[in-house]
Amino acid sequence: MRIELERRPDVSKLFSILSPFIALGLTIFFGGIMFMLLGKDPVSALYSFFIEPLMEVWSLHELAIKAAPLILIAVGLSVCYRSNNWNIGAEGQFIMGAISGSILPVVFYEWHSPLVLPLMMVLGMLGGALFAGIPAFLKAHLNTNEILTSLMLVYVAQLFLDWLVRGPWRNPGGMNFPETRTFDASAILPEMIASGRAHWGFGFAIIAAILIWFMMRYTLKGFEITVLGQSERAGRFAGFSSRKMIWFSMLLSGALAGLAGIAEVSGAIQQLRPVISPGYGFTAIIVAFLGRLNPLGIVVAGLVLALTYLGGEAVQVSLQISDKPIRVFQGLLLFFVLSCDTLIHYKIRMMWYDLTKTTGEGAR
Amino acid sequence: MKKLLLALATTAAVIGFSAAASAADKAKICFVYVGSKTDGGWTQAHDLGRQELEKALGDKIETQFLENVPEGPDAERAIERLARSGCGLIFTTSFGFMDATVKIAAKFPDVKFEHATGYKTGPNLATYNSRFYEGRYIQGQIAAKISKNGVAGYIASFPIPEVVMGINSFLIGARSVNPEFKLKVVWANTWFDPGKEADAAKALIDQGVDVLTQHTDTTAPMQVAAERGIKAFGQASDMIKAGPQTQLTAIVDTWGPYYIKRTQALLDGKWETASSWDGLKDGILTMAPYTNMPDDVKALAEATEAKIKSGELKPFTGPLKKQDGSEWLAAGASSDDGTLLGMNFYVEGVDDKLPQ
Amino acid sequence: MGIFEAILLTVITAATPLVLAAIGELVTERSGVLNLGVEGMMVMGAACAFIATQQTGSSYVGILAGIASGALFSLLFGFLTLTLVANQVATGLALTILGLGVSGMIGEAYVGQSGIKLPQIVFPFLSDIPFLGALLFKQDLIFYLSIALVAGVHWFLFRSRAGLKLRAVGDSHSSAHALGINVIRTRYLAVMFGGACAGLAGAQLSLVYTPQWAENMSAGRGWIALALVVFASWRPWRIVAGGYLFGAVSISQLYAQAFGIGIPSQFLSALPYLATIVVLILISHNRRTTLINTPAALGKSFVPDR
Repeated sequence: MRIELERRPDVSKLFSILSPFIALGLTIFFGGIMFMLLGKDPVSALYSFFIEPLMEVWSLHELAIKAAPLILIAVGLSVCYRSNNWNIGAEGQFIMGAISGSILPVVFYEWHSPLVLPLMMVLGMLGGALFAGIPAFLKAHLNTNEILTSLMLVYVAQLFLDWLVRGPWRNPGGMNFPETRTFDASAILPEMIASGRAHWGFGFAIIAAILIWFMMRYTLKGFEITVLGQSERAGRFAGFSSRKMIWFSMLLSGALAGLAGIAEVSGAIQQLRPVISPGYGFTAIIVAFLGRLNPLGIVVAGLVLALTYLGGEAVQVSLQISDKPIRVFQGLLLFFVLSCDTLIHYKIRMMWYDLTKTTGEGAR
Repeated sequence: MKKLLLALATTAAVIGFSAAASAADKAKICFVYVGSKTDGGWTQAHDLGRQELEKALGDKIETQFLENVPEGPDAERAIERLARSGCGLIFTTSFGFMDATVKIAAKFPDVKFEHATGYKTGPNLATYNSRFYEGRYIQGQIAAKISKNGVAGYIASFPIPEVVMGINSFLIGARSVNPEFKLKVVWANTWFDPGKEADAAKALIDQGVDVLTQHTDTTAPMQVAAERGIKAFGQASDMIKAGPQTQLTAIVDTWGPYYIKRTQALLDGKWETASSWDGLKDGILTMAPYTNMPDDVKALAEATEAKIKSGELKPFTGPLKKQDGSEWLAAGASSDDGTLLGMNFYVEGVDDKLPQ
Repeated sequence: MGIFEAILLTVITAATPLVLAAIGELVTERSGVLNLGVEGMMVMGAACAFIATQQTGSSYVGILAGIASGALFSLLFGFLTLTLVANQVATGLALTILGLGVSGMIGEAYVGQSGIKLPQIVFPFLSDIPFLGALLFKQDLIFYLSIALVAGVHWFLFRSRAGLKLRAVGDSHSSAHALGINVIRTRYLAVMFGGACAGLAGAQLSLVYTPQWAENMSAGRGWIALALVVFASWRPWRIVAGGYLFGAVSISQLYAQAFGIGIPSQFLSALPYLATIVVLILISHNRRTTLINTPAALGKSFVPDR
């Protein structure tokens, strides 16, 4: 018995839409079994996980807050990955963007002006872009693998932030705890709608997604990215420079990651601390793939992933279980989504007999 | 028809009342943990306190918890979720939850909040802390008595006031027995990483320390000490199982009595905001049984513990100098709590540099 | 025993899991498959090895459990990426998440227990050689396995027919397929070998390094191992060099602190990562040698055409 894949002549539209639902169905089924084995009612568990977080306004705001950095970073990463530049260091660029954007409220804390906030955002983008420029330079001019360099730089960025927050930037009025001054109101990203906490970081994410989608779909640059990613040779014949693309894609994704960083720090945390990200840069990689490297898909994927975090907490509270089954559940969901996506490009066939055996019948 | 309606209404009212009554019966006490409740260290100690609370007041309360909550916006959401789900009293058990707790406390004035190891309070927000340094002083004395080389190793986590307090108190205690006692400090930059802690322990032991203490949470250093045949102190929980011939004592966080006290206050309607910093005498920390040491050392430790409990002995009492040589406390003078809570300097004799 | 030998002993223990996980991933990547789930497989190996040891009382059973769990877990990855042709990067990341979650769940009951440390195996004459003897010939089984595996993989890849076939699959799966090599089966075996090695690395963590179980105890070593494979330009003996370099720099900073060197600990902690980047730049600048060593079909999916 063998499973065989037959490539579809055309991407299946039906399955493009169905596959996430099939995946969801499978996850619900197996997740329900897991909850039953733990002695909990699967229906209420699944309700708490998927429905409950969508029922209240404050929860929807939290969804936006959690999804915003994921979407923003993932949109930038999608450009990188499509052009075959594997930026794994978005977490580091997030941190460096947060640091460079925070220069104003921490070092120049006396300056209050409506200019502070926009300037912070710009500085954040610059910081993230410059930090991504390091692996870009190393790849473009020194032929060094960008996966490794960008990953190593994540650790460097984390340690740099730790040093800053414990040393030169430590809050003089903060009882010597490792944190910077809290940002003045002029340096805090305001809320988008008054009914909750969601700050403009979410707005940036949506705007970025739309802009990048437009770029990829309708501009020459988008074409260039796609071609270079699929075949460097073909791109060269068309006059595209893969070296310039390395710079473009890495700087762009670094800038977006940096913007996510400063938006998160300014909107949600309002100071710098040793740890400002629970792994957004890495989770965003998953979001990018779940969204199939399409900015609009990434928006949905980011919201879904954020939902799993919120749902996980809701289940913990309503069912009194620890967080470990939740993480297993998240992993299962990812697995099923990835498996079901196969159906979009391939037809699955179960071969009950082996055609490759040339012993008599069945061959020739 | 009228009778039927009346009957229905009465039934509904009764059900309604009893539902409300049963809801009002049990107050909900909630906990926010930064780590896993089975981490064998800081968070587990809090969870044990929660379980003690349930045992003591279980007929009047129910408890709930959220674990592995990262600090930052996730914490705000977690605390808000608990506040919205009907908790009457919420304990947030990590310093990093401070601003999140402050914000949510302002949003939910009818819910009471208590933040561990913080310093911001409010009308419905109290803080609570434990005088771990009292235990460190006793440990220092034991170390100075036990050690043949006159050097102890300290595996520290992060340079925050609480850790610095512990280092200072340990050395002060040690020097009260042996004025030449030395201390080597290694910063592991983690609260919880068995591999790193084991490596730090090896680094210290290889450089000649023969007593080990830690401000990190796993039993890895204790295991290394057991392997190398030196003595060590446990942290946050009794680590005797990891080192039956190795552990001298441990500072065991016993939050139960405090949680029971505050919950009872809530139930009696007497809960008030406070900034409490309890110590050995209040039972918020206890020392694991003194073992693996000669009887006279045990006697000294017990005596010191008694003196601290009675208030006769305060670890941070002069004459004490700072590491840079300047005078800190004159003879007989004790430090105020404020200086301790923001401690960012070493006392004389610590062989390390603090980031400034 | 001087301080230098003491440091080296600590470095050996720290470097061994890195070398193990990396050598396994090297074989996987040489067959053209990029498995980012090393961290998940490693932590599963650590949990299963510890649980098996506690239940049976034998740390050798633990080693077997670690290897088996890593291999089985990687089978999940293999099924998704090789049979269902799912994206390798995303699947690997999903594997890591699942591994961290499942290991946390099954290990919950075992936290705080002290494990049984793997005993040392002493070679009678060799261990009396001054300096080297104490370092190399008084170690635990897993250390010896790590060196043997590296030697074995080197021989396999470059001196054996099967290894040649595997490299062919990794360089051009369509050509290999045309030659009659079963690409999918080769990759399955390579993935499972990688999983077994990662599981063994995990077993080292919970049976040798720190005989206990703690959630997430792999602490990012899986990612370091991935980096080491690239660092070593997919050549086995360079993995040993890279792993020990990384381990040495990580450990030295702790010894430096204990010694009293007053450099900020964050800078010392960053040294291994910076050192890795620097060395990588130095060895990559020759474009040709880099390209020769990189498996050309790395990360690309293969579907046999009929």
